[in-house]
Amino acid sequence: MQYALEMRNINKSFYGNQVLKNVSISVAPGEVHGLVGENGAGKSTLMNILFGMPVIHSTGGFEGEIFINGERVQIDSPRKAMEHGIGMVHQEFMLIPGFTVMENIKLNREITKSNLLSRVFGKPMETLDFPAMRKEAKEAISTIGMSIDELAVVAGLPVAHKQFIEIAREIDKKNLKILVLDEPTAVLSEAEAEKLLDVIRYLASKGVAILFISHRLSEVLKVSDRITILRDGVVVDSKPASSFTLSEIAEKMVGRKLEDVTLPPRSKEPSDDDIIMSIRNLKVRMPGEEVKDFSIDIRRGEILGIGGLAGHGKLGVANGIAGMYPAEGEVYLEGKPFKLNDPSYALNQGVVYLSEDRRGVGLLLDESVEMNIVATAIQVFGKFTKRFLFLTVYDRKQIRKHALEMIKKLDIRCKSPAQIVRRLSGGNQQKVCLARAFTLNPKIFFVSEPTRGIDVGAKKLVLDYLVKLNREHGITIVMTSSELAELRAICDRIAIVAEGKLSAILSPKASDAEFGLAMAGELQEVLQHG
Amino acid sequence: MDKVFGWLKRIDVPTLIIFLFLIALFVLAAFTNVSIPSLLSDSIRRIGMNGVLVLAMVPTIRVGTGPNFGLPVGIIGGLLGALISMQLGLTGFVGFWVAILFAVLICIGIGLGYGWLLERVRGQEMMVGTYMGYSIVAFMSIMWLMLPFKNPDMIWAIGGKGLRYTLTLDKYFGHVLNNFLKFRIGGFEFPTGLLLFFAGACFLVHLFFKTRMGLAIDLVGQNERYAISSGVNPSRARLVAVVMSNVLAGVGIIVYAQSYGFLQLYQAPLFMTFPAVASILIGGASIRRANIRNVVVGTAVFQTLLTIALPVLSQVTRGDITEVMRLIVSNGMILYALTRAPREA
Repeated sequence: MQYALEMRNINKSFYGNQVLKNVSISVAPGEVHGLVGENGAGKSTLMNILFGMPVIHSTGGFEGEIFINGERVQIDSPRKAMEHGIGMVHQEFMLIPGFTVMENIKLNREITKSNLLSRVFGKPMETLDFPAMRKEAKEAISTIGMSIDELAVVAGLPVAHKQFIEIAREIDKKNLKILVLDEPTAVLSEAEAEKLLDVIRYLASKGVAILFISHRLSEVLKVSDRITILRDGVVVDSKPASSFTLSEIAEKMVGRKLEDVTLPPRSKEPSDDDIIMSIRNLKVRMPGEEVKDFSIDIRRGEILGIGGLAGHGKLGVANGIAGMYPAEGEVYLEGKPFKLNDPSYALNQGVVYLSEDRRGVGLLLDESVEMNIVATAIQVFGKFTKRFLFLTVYDRKQIRKHALEMIKKLDIRCKSPAQIVRRLSGGNQQKVCLARAFTLNPKIFFVSEPTRGIDVGAKKLVLDYLVKLNREHGITIVMTSSELAELRAICDRIAIVAEGKLSAILSPKASDAEFGLAMAGELQEVLQHG
Repeated sequence: MDKVFGWLKRIDVPTLIIFLFLIALFVLAAFTNVSIPSLLSDSIRRIGMNGVLVLAMVPTIRVGTGPNFGLPVGIIGGLLGALISMQLGLTGFVGFWVAILFAVLICIGIGLGYGWLLERVRGQEMMVGTYMGYSIVAFMSIMWLMLPFKNPDMIWAIGGKGLRYTLTLDKYFGHVLNNFLKFRIGGFEFPTGLLLFFAGACFLVHLFFKTRMGLAIDLVGQNERYAISSGVNPSRARLVAVVMSNVLAGVGIIVYAQSYGFLQLYQAPLFMTFPAVASILIGGASIRRANIRNVVVGTAVFQTLLTIALPVLSQVTRGDITEVMRLIVSNGMILYALTRAPREA
């Protein structure tokens, strides 16, 4: 049988970090092929390779072969990919808000008529043939069973419509042979998603080969003919969809990765009798990570993990409590009401937050290591200051002393405390962030994505330090992370957030299947319906 | 040798170029019959005279809104303070300090309003500031005619209404700082009081940036989200910085006026902004980062350049090339700094 698309033995590494290992995948014409995996499993990289994205070639290209209809092809730009009949519906909308639906669909593939000017100056000067474009746009829209006015401006349309317009644009390409859908249902309601699945089936029946990427496992299971599971850049399984069950997919997707972090015993185990913070119906308006209704009790002295898929709101929780994004809801700290939307209040109460956006929020990139460590403490508590004349000014000597202490304690590799943070490696920057947080004497320490973008050795150091803070200083830690493995390595309990709500609180020893299902927000359903 | 290179690397390229140009001028001066001691004392006087105005750029640059192109706003406050002191008939140091006191009060008031306005145009402070400067100067040109100042030294002799273009300060607080502890060595004159005042102002600003409020301003300027996560209220920090810049501008114009001996009203405030902005940029500041060293170095280089260029170049070339050069240097410097900004951001 001839495949519409075949990718063979794809290898790709970013800066020495191998993200795809011998990945092979093949899709037949008219087949819907589901591709699932955790964040960072390599799905997006694989699709970027297929689409010839510049990010691949600017980082040294890849190894392996791509065949389209049995012919080996070299795809080195998105344009090439389109010429080969590959279409892609992106996770983020690539639509121009101020243009009409029709203009967006026909963008760069406009139908034109020649005129006097174009005879002289060539094709770019040809007149647009609006009636013809309108007709084709309308056809594309009705193909996917939508009834959107093709002359409406995209900006005001609901997200679901935008998603469908993206698809309509791909369908409108006459030579479309392979269509990649990257999380097309993420922003859709269930009914809309159902409609989209119908469109996918319809397209498949027309002979288009479809690669369907989604975190909603039940959808993948429903619509796919075949499913490939990626984990850590390796294909763990690839079988016809009928031979999988939901929990089987979830289990294979998550897998178990071991990190050797020693967890010393505590003198007193945290329990539900001693709650340090209770969160009730928290809503956080953080774009892309919205929290819709989150409640949890945090036990004193525990390490609580918050996990979940990207975009489901796990990052919003800590941001909301720390006052970085507008939040509402009831939060109690040690039984007393806790004021939201006030970062200064939070810090004064001993609620310290370390942002997932290390370079954007967590650091003053052009300031020295020592200033990064102490600035917040000076600002909030007036630490490291002395009286001078009639003013309270900060004291370089105290700052230097403290900075040297922290540098030694955390093994921050820098030339001197006066070195600029921008020049440090990711791991050392993260250590500076941790030193800053520790300087604030936290009662509860919210830390988000502490190991993102740092190498393996530094990862372990960071996790070890968090455990040390917890065990030796009794600091309650709430760690948000996309890496389930690290949550499982150090947390006492792991809360999984799905669609902005608490989906489940699991023990780190819970099975992979449970985690997978909880992330998809389907754990309760499975427990109820078997 | 490495040390020298390390030191050279830290100097801003434009600072270096202008500094070399300056040395060339001095060499040239040696060949002409211009008196170098009087050139030097002139330069020093002008450094002290303009320094505080340049200092006014520091707070707004550090809070991230760029150089204060709305300098005339603060200058107007300073002028009002000086006028009130004159109207009260105060002379000498009393007149000077009362003028400063009123200037500070008025500048705080105006600064709050100006800061409120700038908060509404986030990201375009430099442009809006420039227009604000033009607007307030135009508005005050009307007000100078209408304000109820009655002192005959201040108002037009004919008609008896409206303030003059230029007011002589000789009978009031002209040269009080310049003459304080002044000493001479041959042809070289050292205005001790003036430089002490400038040094004091620099030191106070330096100290302020070591307080919590000053640090908050720095944090907002460097990374607003970091500042928020450190419990800083960015709007408040920006307001404080703008008010502070205003106050410094107000004080700066009084220092300038007493040294010059005249108070200039109407269009004059407009011509203070660009030289001040250019000075701090020549000193190695960018529109995002500035410190006291930039102020001192920049003012010294820029003002010395202007003082020396006039007599020296007028002997070498024909006609007055200084004004042209001043415009080229100050506007060119600002242009250079603005084109450099996006890369740093």
